[in-house]
Amino acid sequence: MNNPTPDRDVARDVILDISHIDVVFPTPKGSFQALADVDLQIRQGEFISIIGHSGCGKSTVLNAVAGLTETARGGVILNGREVDRPGPERAMVFQNHSLLPWLTAFENVALAVRQVFGKTKSKAKQKEWIEHNLRLVHMDHAMHKRPDEISGGMKQRVGIARALAMQPDILLLDEPFGALDALTRSSLQDSLMEIKAELDNTVIMVTHDVDEAVLLSDRIVMMTNGPAATVGEILDVPLPHPRERMALVEDPTYVHCRSEVLRFLYEKQRKVEAIGRHNGKSAARAGDDAKVA
Amino acid sequence: MGKTITLSRATGVSSLPAPVRRVMSIGLKNVVVPLLGIVLFLGAWSLAARNIDTSLGQFPGPATVAQQFVSLYDEHRAEREKAEAFYERQEQRNAERVAQDPSYEPKIRDYTGKETFFDQVRTSLITVMCGFLLAALVAIPFGIAIGLSETLYTAVNPVIQVLKPISPLAWLPLVTMVVSALYVSEDPLVPKSFLNSMITVTLCCLWPMLINTAVGVASISQDLVNVSRVLSLPPLTHVRRIVLPAAVPAIFTGMRLSIGIAWMVLIAAEMLAQNPGLGKFVWDEFQNGSSESLGRILTAAIVIGFIGFLLDRGMLTLQRFVSWDRNSATR
Ligand SMILES: Nc1ncnc2c1ncn2[C@@H]1O[C@H](COP(=O)(O)OP(=O)(O)OP(=O)(O)O)[C@@H](O)[C@H]1O
Ligand SMILES: [Mg+2]
Repeated sequence: MNNPTPDRDVARDVILDISHIDVVFPTPKGSFQALADVDLQIRQGEFISIIGHSGCGKSTVLNAVAGLTETARGGVILNGREVDRPGPERAMVFQNHSLLPWLTAFENVALAVRQVFGKTKSKAKQKEWIEHNLRLVHMDHAMHKRPDEISGGMKQRVGIARALAMQPDILLLDEPFGALDALTRSSLQDSLMEIKAELDNTVIMVTHDVDEAVLLSDRIVMMTNGPAATVGEILDVPLPHPRERMALVEDPTYVHCRSEVLRFLYEKQRKVEAIGRHNGKSAARAGDDAKVA
Repeated sequence: MGKTITLSRATGVSSLPAPVRRVMSIGLKNVVVPLLGIVLFLGAWSLAARNIDTSLGQFPGPATVAQQFVSLYDEHRAEREKAEAFYERQEQRNAERVAQDPSYEPKIRDYTGKETFFDQVRTSLITVMCGFLLAALVAIPFGIAIGLSETLYTAVNPVIQVLKPISPLAWLPLVTMVVSALYVSEDPLVPKSFLNSMITVTLCCLWPMLINTAVGVASISQDLVNVSRVLSLPPLTHVRRIVLPAAVPAIFTGMRLSIGIAWMVLIAAEMLAQNPGLGKFVWDEFQNGSSESLGRILTAAIVIGFIGFLLDRGMLTLQRFVSWDRNSATR
């Protein structure tokens, strides 16, 4: 299913076409071009990782696909139709879970389910569907707890359940495990692989973590440094699924892919991080900067 | 096990099981310490009172106030009994007349005795609640609107900033004139004086609720807004399911500020306008100038303080009950 297709056949089953997009932000000091000519085609069922140095514009790519950020040039085409606003067919999992703190895990998922399936599924079917999705992320035991009563990893699981429950055409993950400790992160990665194997979703994931990218992805999109960031290289990861974390450690393909990504990040796109370089970012996003790749 | 118990028994309090010790220490902190504060305050007050001589006699100490409170209550009871007796007599008279002449339509007249202290308390409480509720009814929806729209906020902000610091004493004459001009009715539902006090309260306690609601709505996390956008929630659902709950802690902060202001404003307005209520009671006693007046005024002041405290606690309890954010409701 995931055998790498030669590039000229790509057009056939492309589900999402990010077509030559530019993103320009207005800032007090004039306009700031975050992305320049980002071009990327994604096939049905593919798992894509976007990796790059902090502040290069990974989230901006994802936000443009989600419709949360406008493109200055180019466009995003999903299933042959251009998208210009957010919608539940492009479900997003945010870095900091973004669960509504006044709702339980169940209610958080229910809000999404009611919005998407309110007219097509009966109340009982909706409840079943919510529970099914929470079970999928192993959160059925705590589904009536509120976000402040569960751990960070559990919140992220609920966030994933909420996105899955929308039955999106494409699942967008913005550093979904970035704020978690290593053990929790690997267990969530395993869960994500399980879900992917079961549902065959199309996924775009932003990450800082090279191992995570290689372990999960079919292709890794490496971005150049901003401003005016673009796609630097795209690396195929020709490892068969399902993948086994421990077995891969010494696998030559795995090791090769890993070192390719590292070479891109630390040789070709070496970044000298000046202190205060990202002062322009809003305070709410300051947390991201703490864990530079 | 047995050994540890024998060992620790020798050390007194520490021999008690841990939960009991914890309850005791909480009790010490929450009961004994505040009690100590109150006792010290009463001591200082009675000491100071003994050294202040006014033209109406010595400044009342705690004992005088307690005594006055009891006598105010007795007066209230006496007045109630008089009222009951009045209605009983009236009923009896009416029954007798109906017995004599079956076509007689009995007239029921209201008892017009003097308002007691507790009647005034009740009037003030009703007025403050009505004024506050009216303010909340206006401020919260309007606050949500200006919190959502930056343009609207920019448009009304200067007006709000100027209206906000206007003293109730300045509003009162305006309100009185406007009410007498507009509220003309043969058989008014509520007395004009009630409307005057209530509207003055509303005008003064509107602002904290309005501003806090607007700020609460405007500072809703961008991530939650993004969730709503991805879900494509319709505008009304967005307000009801995302904006309103997110702003609830801020709204309650505003409501607590407002109810405090409302209560203070009301007493001042009642005093100035001679509208029935606790303020009028204080003013009447002041004008009366008997040897008991100071004691009664001070009693009223303390009752005013207590009611203000209870209103605030009530709001806090409501907040605990309604708000999802436990942290915002601690003080
Ligand atoms: N709303 C905005 N207004 C102005 N500039 C912005 C805005 N959002 C992002 N930027 C800028 O665009 C660039 C890319 O930001 P983006 O958040 O996409 O980076 P990122 O790769 O996701 O970084 P990180 O790994 O730290 O999350 C940054 O330089 C950032 O300062
Ligand atoms: Mg980012």
